[in-house]
Amino acid sequence: MNKVLEGILYAPTHEWTRIEGDAAVFGITEFAASQLGTIVFVDLPAVGAKLVQGKEFGAVESVKAASDLFAPLSGTVIAVNEDLVGDPEGINKDAFGAWMIRVKLANPAEQKTLLSAAQYRTVSK
Amino acid sequence: MFKYFPHTEADLALMRAKIGIRNDAELFADVPEAVRLKKDYRIPSALSEIELRARLKEIAAMNQTAVVFSGLGAYDHYDPSVIPAIVARQEFLTSYTPYQPEIAQGTLSYIFEYQSMVTMLTGMDVSNASMYDGPTAAAEACFMAESMTKRKKILISATVHPNIAEVVQTYAHFRGLAVDFIPVFEGETSHEDLAKMLDDSVAGVIVQKPNYFGIVEAFAGVADAVHGNGSVLIESCDISTLAVLKTPAEDGADIACGDCQALGMPLSFGGPYLGYLATKKQHVRRMPGRICGQSFDKNGKRAFVLTLQAREQHIRREKANSNICSNQSLMALYATVYLSLMGPEGMKRVNELSYEKAHRLYDLLVATGKFAPVFDKPFLKEFVLHTSIDQTVIRKALSDNGFFGAVSLADYDDSYRDVVNFAVTEKRTDEEIERFAAVLGGLS
Repeated sequence: MNKVLEGILYAPTHEWTRIEGDAAVFGITEFAASQLGTIVFVDLPAVGAKLVQGKEFGAVESVKAASDLFAPLSGTVIAVNEDLVGDPEGINKDAFGAWMIRVKLANPAEQKTLLSAAQYRTVSK
Repeated sequence: MFKYFPHTEADLALMRAKIGIRNDAELFADVPEAVRLKKDYRIPSALSEIELRARLKEIAAMNQTAVVFSGLGAYDHYDPSVIPAIVARQEFLTSYTPYQPEIAQGTLSYIFEYQSMVTMLTGMDVSNASMYDGPTAAAEACFMAESMTKRKKILISATVHPNIAEVVQTYAHFRGLAVDFIPVFEGETSHEDLAKMLDDSVAGVIVQKPNYFGIVEAFAGVADAVHGNGSVLIESCDISTLAVLKTPAEDGADIACGDCQALGMPLSFGGPYLGYLATKKQHVRRMPGRICGQSFDKNGKRAFVLTLQAREQHIRREKANSNICSNQSLMALYATVYLSLMGPEGMKRVNELSYEKAHRLYDLLVATGKFAPVFDKPFLKEFVLHTSIDQTVIRKALSDNGFFGAVSLADYDDSYRDVVNFAVTEKRTDEEIERFAAVLGGLS
């Protein structure tokens, strides 16, 4: 059974986001990481890139699949976790610790459309 | 019915009946009348084998053979006869792409050897299994740079071969990448202009060595400037020259690419040639095509496999960085056999001989007083000179004497109309060089 962390928000496409003031960090859930298998490559946007909720912002590639990443919220990328680019398997080890990008939010009201931990549990069953 | 078409009249009637047409013309009902061909095709009737052989011999006799003193991307190096003998073996010549490693060990092992030799020559960490040619390899390198930086502009030095620049521009156009040219300064990439053109939109910078004028550019400081801007340095090189020149890795390049024609591949009217693409390990997943690797089978014996292929090409196809899924396998075998015959010493010797002979021709031509130096820069086997002799006069005189060379750079840039190219390989004898210089020296 994959862990679902309380106190953060989820997208139905299996990304999580933690709100930090007017910004947020994005990652993929433990469920997504376990479905993909060992992750070997992460393609992340550059700082300054503008993201739109629900639209693709990058990709992950595992030993058995490649998958697009979708932005849980709209905003502008202000930081990229370079450590993850060098060690993509870090996502398999700790999916909720492995943040991918930090985004300055364009429309914080979008949070209302995301799922709570309890709601995501039903999606990822 | 013609003997190679398997269908009988009865078959055809059956097919027509099945799809409900009376005659073949109805198949073209959707083609407007106005654009239909109303007359017979102008194709001669079939010949017997004897007649056909005679006709082909006649056409072949129209080919002119010439002693080549021309370069500009394709060079008349020697191709040892052992190469075609090995390459033409049916196990290699007719084998299909190595999807099944257990029956494709021969193909996989030569691709592995090819990749190993490319990394030795370029100094890079990894090479893919090969590309179609130098220009498409450069275009793929630009896509890698875009993917690495998420930026949308490519800077090409104006000293890069115009054929490469044109292919890159075509690829870039349909990818939405902007292309800009870095001006030339005294036959080399202007470092001053490059510094001014580097901004946060630049994904990659392409330079070439030896460049279009044959000059061996020194790229001191270029990699630092490009990397300082967060951009990718792409170096396009004639791979044969890397046996004696600084490698792209030593120049600080992130991606090395170019043509392998100079590895003894016959000129044959422009192809097939071979492209190579190599990079640093951290960029391996941005690399198009495939990579073969060495592994072990269940009995612990050495075995070769397809180690890596960007999976996105199969799964996220429309978003994939590249859609080259194959390689130029037979020509990669050609290069592998050539390099293994030559070895590091042979490669050094080919370059030394070409260098000596090219410089000898340079001195002879300048001494005639009909040709003048354009740049005072180091060159290897290729150089350009200025002349006021008319192009048609040069062409005719050389052709009459069985030579080809002194090609004008007018196509590159009209202001270079009176600048002509020369290349000399290890194949040219002293007698040929002297006679060639004498023919040109006698013109006015």
